[in-house]
Amino acid sequence: MSTPYAKLPAWADYGLIPLVNLLVAFIVAGLVVLLVGENPFRAAAILVEGAFGGGQAIAYTLYYATSFIFTGLAVAVAFHCGLFNIGGEGQAYVGGLGVALICLSFDGTFPWWINFPLATLGAAAAGALWALIPAYLQAKRGSHIVITTIMFNFIAASLMVYLLVDVLKPAGSMAPQTRTFLEGGQLPKLNWVIEAFGLPIRSAPFNLSFLLALIAAFLVWVLIWRTRLGYEIRTRGHSPRAARYAGIGETRIIIVTMLISGALAGMMALNPVMGDQGRLQLDFVTGAGFVGIAVALMGRSHPAGIVPAAILFGMLYQGGAELAFEMPAISRDMIVIIQGLVILFAGALENMFRPYIQTIFASLKPRSAGLAAEKGG
Amino acid sequence: MDFFNTLVLLLDSMVRLSVPLLFAALAGLYSERSGIFDIGLEGKMLAGAFASGAAAAVSGSAWLGLCAAVAISVFLSLVHGFASITHRGNQIVSGVAINFIAAGSTIILGQAWFSQGGRTPLLGADSRFGAVRLPFAEAVRDVPILGPIYSELLSGHSILVYIAFLMVPFTWWVLFRTRFGLRLRAVGENPAAVDTAGISVEWLRYRAVICTGILTGLAGTYLALAQNAGFVKDMSAGRGFIALAALIFAKWKPVPVMFACLLFGFLDATSIRFQGTPLPLIGPVPVQFMQALPYILTVILLAGFIGKAIPPRAGGQPYVKER
Amino acid sequence: MAEAAIELIGINKSFGAVQANRDINLAIPAGTIHGIVGENGAGKSTLMSILYGFYQADSGEIRIGGKPAAIKTPSDAIAAGIGMVHQHFMLVQNFTVIENVILGAEGQPLLKTSIAKARSELERLERDYGLEVNPDAVVEELPVGLQQRVEILKALFRGADILILDEPTGVLTPAEADHLFRILRQLKEEGKTIVLITHKLREIMAVTDNVSVMRQGALVATRKTSETTVEELAELMVGRRVLLRVEKGTAAPGEVLLSVRNLTVKDSRGVTMVDNVSFDVRAGEIVGIAGVAGNGQSELLETISGIRVAVSGTVTLAGQPIDLTSEADPGELRERGLAHVPEDRHHMGLVLAFEENENAILGYHDQSHYLRGPFLDIEAIRDDAREKIGKYDIRPSDCRLKTANFSGGNQQKIVLSREMERDPKVLIVGQPTRGVDVGAIEFIHRRLIDMRDQGKAVLLVSVELDEIRSLADRILVMFAGRIVGERGPDATERECGLLMAGIDNREAAE
Repeated sequence: MSTPYAKLPAWADYGLIPLVNLLVAFIVAGLVVLLVGENPFRAAAILVEGAFGGGQAIAYTLYYATSFIFTGLAVAVAFHCGLFNIGGEGQAYVGGLGVALICLSFDGTFPWWINFPLATLGAAAAGALWALIPAYLQAKRGSHIVITTIMFNFIAASLMVYLLVDVLKPAGSMAPQTRTFLEGGQLPKLNWVIEAFGLPIRSAPFNLSFLLALIAAFLVWVLIWRTRLGYEIRTRGHSPRAARYAGIGETRIIIVTMLISGALAGMMALNPVMGDQGRLQLDFVTGAGFVGIAVALMGRSHPAGIVPAAILFGMLYQGGAELAFEMPAISRDMIVIIQGLVILFAGALENMFRPYIQTIFASLKPRSAGLAAEKGG
Repeated sequence: MDFFNTLVLLLDSMVRLSVPLLFAALAGLYSERSGIFDIGLEGKMLAGAFASGAAAAVSGSAWLGLCAAVAISVFLSLVHGFASITHRGNQIVSGVAINFIAAGSTIILGQAWFSQGGRTPLLGADSRFGAVRLPFAEAVRDVPILGPIYSELLSGHSILVYIAFLMVPFTWWVLFRTRFGLRLRAVGENPAAVDTAGISVEWLRYRAVICTGILTGLAGTYLALAQNAGFVKDMSAGRGFIALAALIFAKWKPVPVMFACLLFGFLDATSIRFQGTPLPLIGPVPVQFMQALPYILTVILLAGFIGKAIPPRAGGQPYVKER
Repeated sequence: MAEAAIELIGINKSFGAVQANRDINLAIPAGTIHGIVGENGAGKSTLMSILYGFYQADSGEIRIGGKPAAIKTPSDAIAAGIGMVHQHFMLVQNFTVIENVILGAEGQPLLKTSIAKARSELERLERDYGLEVNPDAVVEELPVGLQQRVEILKALFRGADILILDEPTGVLTPAEADHLFRILRQLKEEGKTIVLITHKLREIMAVTDNVSVMRQGALVATRKTSETTVEELAELMVGRRVLLRVEKGTAAPGEVLLSVRNLTVKDSRGVTMVDNVSFDVRAGEIVGIAGVAGNGQSELLETISGIRVAVSGTVTLAGQPIDLTSEADPGELRERGLAHVPEDRHHMGLVLAFEENENAILGYHDQSHYLRGPFLDIEAIRDDAREKIGKYDIRPSDCRLKTANFSGGNQQKIVLSREMERDPKVLIVGQPTRGVDVGAIEFIHRRLIDMRDQGKAVLLVSVELDEIRSLADRILVMFAGRIVGERGPDATERECGLLMAGIDNREAAE
């Protein structure tokens, strides 16, 4: 039972099938739009216009995409090790604590370019720490990591509410948030890059962490496909028994992978906390951890797929905001539906159309299909 | 006596709070015992709550609301089944997807149909499941000890509460005393054995997820038509996941599921009742800690420090015929 | 010839590009025991799965008792009176015997009455056929032989007239197998038709009335058992006369390279799998471990290679002791000259989703010539893989092809080339030719002899007694976790067979 499906060319496997799945997700989303009495094509046009029509829109799209690149990478790294880290939301939330603690401590002392690497470390460390316990329990006690990371999302939410309400809130303030960081705790915007193309921007939160996200994507590619550690991660992901045979310690590889995954999720906090709001607020993650699941599935856990998938979701978030403005019947929650549909069709139902596509390929080029190797007994 | 009255009120609130957990956890039990993991309980419960709120608002009938909730929740279960049984997709991924679809569409449709910011219209008493007074509840109210227990704790709940608790022995009976239950347990342990015995694995698992859909529909109905007077957005508020925790905590067994749900309901009730009140010996406990306690307890259980939770052996794996 | 219980007419079945059954025509007379022999992968199990409704044939017809039968699902097969005992038991481990027996044949929606009825029916079957088993025992607590009995009871409970057994003796000792054969003969007396699938010719000769031979998906011959010989069947199975002995010179054993003393291993449930085992393997010799599958050989291999943790005992590798009683590192053992060709190629020896070149370094991925700092040296890895592909004639010769797309024999060559080309001191090999085509078997056997002649210490574990007898210079027999005897390469099959059943009768043999 090694290969349940015959072989397709790589471009069909990594390009065509995800595209078809995505298309179906959008068609179903279009039906929902129809159901609430709006024109799906007009909605799509508004959405695209809202996401890419002008510098302002593009800057926002990329701002959202930044968060999703981080969380998508986090989910993908764990996937490669055969682990489903559903706890990106909580890890990012706690990651915000790492950012805030650095900024609150040093924003008056150091300039941003010293605080940025420190805060990156803080975010990564906090996120990694929040992934450590589920990782340890999976590796040492066999606790199902999906369940423990879900539980840790809720525990993180409670913890952060407690910290913001009872500990970090400045005296005399009512809002459950930290004080606003000084200039040393705020990242420079990258809006000028877009303006350089002649697209004016009023104000947008597109900031330096976008570059960090791109670097992270490249480093994840290097890690997974070009390093010894990545080889070990993939071995364990495909076959835990082969990993044991090859002398790859299971405990170590699970914990290291989850630390990397948690660190990536934690770094997502840099974008909203240090790059936009300039303070730690309640619920600043707003589901980005979960979007990461959709992004990783759509991007097939490959950074080259994750970055465009993240930009697509950034587009949905930004365009969705415009859409809600233009069509009051469609709020931004439309994005949540689309996200769910993408996860459904690109993830759980990823192989639904494969047999049909294979049939088409087989009829076009009879020699490209086939090659199931193992003969049964 | 004051302490006693407080206790009765606390237990009464525990019962009310544990009902949606109980429905949802028993729902999960059917699915997971058949080998289909379901982390989409939350979404199905939410969709059920919305459907019941909407249908009750339009029709004015609580029972029609209930039917709508069950219908939509079964539909989502079938989507989960289609992905994980027919197409052998990843069950976790499918469950996550359903949670999102439910979270988004309840708000979008609610806004489109009722224009109240995602709520459904406030329901009158007729279109809700009101309290059922057990006979003589008023008469025995003043009998010491037993009176308040009968009239406060046992009487005065909606019909759904009684159904929820009756579902516990019923589920036990189905699971361990019927042919369907035997096959359900078998397919979650070794689907190949079921297949070679001439029983369709797919159809059996579909029936299991339909049971899950019916019960999550009841859970949602309880939220919208008994505990509240209509649907409010995100009203399931993580209860689907607490139910999942309760199911694991109870090691996938019906009677322990009830006790786990009562425990988590009790934690919830105390955290509401004693918000900010210092506990004896411990001092003030942050309310957030109480809210996180079910999750913390489940993690501790999963870590194997209190017994060991062994899931059904074939759980989470799609069934593929070996050759 | 008696009336045919089963007729298969023109059965064809393909899985993708692999044709598992081609144009099979077969008639099995009622009230006989019919053997179907063939190598692994010859299509025997596929054919029987079609008969049992597990798969559907692409074309062809099935007739049961002379009437055409549309068998689309196992329930159709059960209704037609067919029962099947699968190679891997289809039992629910945490159910009782009686629950397993009634599953799918409960009769009515409530269990209470079905169980009561089943109990009396089981008592009858027990009386009639000597199939004794406690109906309230939990299956996972029963020994393998009894679990198989539950499978037979399941079929009989459903009123099967035709019983198919797929490799039923793979997990049995010869004594248990003989008991099974007695039961089968008794069932035949009662008028049942029995189809026995196996690749063991001894069993065919012992118990069947007729035998059909399958090769590469086709049914090549059907014979009366009394009118054929083992040699003829063997020839039909592989398609040409086989050399029963691999040609090799006499061994010249040197120093002890692998020494195992008092090794004891328990599984996760605490059951002793390897029980106080001691032996030596010297440079320049092949030591073969024979035994029925499941008698601790797998655990022994996995412990010596550092994958499993031992409870007690010492292992010395090239004069240096290694501690296997705490979490051992297979990587470190490799560095010290131990190479391991694991039994389970698909899940342990290879990562099927990897490219060929990635598998060619599995376990050696931390060696400096594949690395530049923490990074993989992709070019070095691929060059190395290409070299091995040439040397071991691995086909197709594409080091970037996914491993799953190679045939069983070529996959095994990938593992062998990786382990043998490392110039190890000690080579331990599990089931080297399982699921491997005939051409590759010869190649693999040749390479193992070469390793011996180069002065390596080779430890060979195989459930194929023929393989052990033709390759090993010394034969150790394992039974119930212990080494119950040692024999020279000229030991007879009968002698080894008795040992494999735990009976040491050297005296009797002399």
